[in-house]
Amino acid sequence: MIRLEFACSLRYPSGFTLDAAFTLQTSITVLSGRSGSGKTTILSILAGLRRPDRGRIRLDSTVLFDSDARMDLPPEARRIGYVFQDYLLFPHLSVRRNLLYGWRRRPADAQPPSLERVVEVLELGELLDRLPHTLSGGQRQRVALGRVLLCGPRLLLLDEPLASVDEALRERVLGYIEQVLHEWDIPTLYVTHNAAEAERLARQRVCLEAGRVTSIEAANDVGDKA
Amino acid sequence: MDTRFLGLAAEDWQAIAFSAGVSAAAVTVSLPFGVVLGWLLARRDFVGKALLETLLNLPLVLPPVVMGYLLLVLLGRRGLLGGPLHDAFEIDIAFTWAAAALAGGVMGFPLLVRAVRVAFQGVDPRFAQAARSLGAGPLDAFLTVSLPLARHGVIAGVVLAFARGLGEFGATLLFAGSRPGRRTLAVQLYLLHEQPGAESEQRLWRLVTAAVVLSCAALAASEYLERRGARRDTA
Repeated sequence: MIRLEFACSLRYPSGFTLDAAFTLQTSITVLSGRSGSGKTTILSILAGLRRPDRGRIRLDSTVLFDSDARMDLPPEARRIGYVFQDYLLFPHLSVRRNLLYGWRRRPADAQPPSLERVVEVLELGELLDRLPHTLSGGQRQRVALGRVLLCGPRLLLLDEPLASVDEALRERVLGYIEQVLHEWDIPTLYVTHNAAEAERLARQRVCLEAGRVTSIEAANDVGDKA
Repeated sequence: MDTRFLGLAAEDWQAIAFSAGVSAAAVTVSLPFGVVLGWLLARRDFVGKALLETLLNLPLVLPPVVMGYLLLVLLGRRGLLGGPLHDAFEIDIAFTWAAAALAGGVMGFPLLVRAVRVAFQGVDPRFAQAARSLGAGPLDAFLTVSLPLARHGVIAGVVLAFARGLGEFGATLLFAGSRPGRRTLAVQLYLLHEQPGAESEQRLWRLVTAAVVLSCAALAASEYLERRGARRDTA
């Protein structure tokens, strides 16, 4: 099991300050809190897309960021798969080329699943030659998920993956996510403010309020999950 | 004396071809610089940005003749840079084919940078972030994601700069002269206008028509590409 240590602070020009610290060592951790509590900021910092003012992030033996040591691993070297809330599929590339974007750039020691297996599990076969703007919300979500899986990530960041999916499709997409997490067993940080989603997926739950961690709880029925 | 095609004399066709050639060369050479500067202005804040923008836009507001004169002062045989170039390598730029290209390029450059800048401003920077998180380095992300997403605006800028170079007159006349065979479309128009006689007037009108058609086609292509880009990439 991978171990993630996060202790960072970041002050925005607006005055909002993130000052959060936690250590994760479980398969699925749900990061929850109200809008504006700093959930997405934490994911951006972890992915290397936003630089904290100070702090330290360590993923197993790899130091991703250390302000004291002036170390900041660039996003492409972190091997952290980030599924953005609005997916950010590349609009000029077909679904197939979106899926293979990270796979073609994977590090030599990464062992991502095969394209065929990802396409099969996420049922993307019919979509491969289509452009992202022709896909529904649920389809885009599955492509975005497949795209990060094919990079061979060491940690998966899912930012409110059901937020842009129709109510009717949520159960189905959640099923895909559960299947992916079960099949590839990638440590995942899952952001949501939906209590039912959190209850269903979490082995550990980190609650945020106004940029600070207010509680870290292990889920009660860990044995039944994932 | 004329072998006419579409009613235009050979000399007029030569002027159109010369203009198109120097304008194409100018845009080709300035494109990489235009893309880098457009991206920098769209994505980065740095000391001196306002000054750089002012300098870049100067050719838009200065009389072209002034730009031509400044080029001459800088790159003429006795110019600040042209002098050393001539003395050390016997390279002369003023009153050559390259001078016409440079004059057209300088006048069209602000339009190119402006279009590229607007194109990059219209691309969500998070696409590049997504590419980085998928393993692409900064240059890789730029070449495979940001630039292709801005391509319609970049092409539109190329067309606009090309059209501007095609019609360049004042700077070209001062810096590149008007020798036969090295006359641009605009210079040829001016010379025809200065010649008395019905035939000159006829040729003038045909050349004016050709210039209007070329400029309209370039503008229409630019508009089409910009709209197509906006439609497809925000869908």
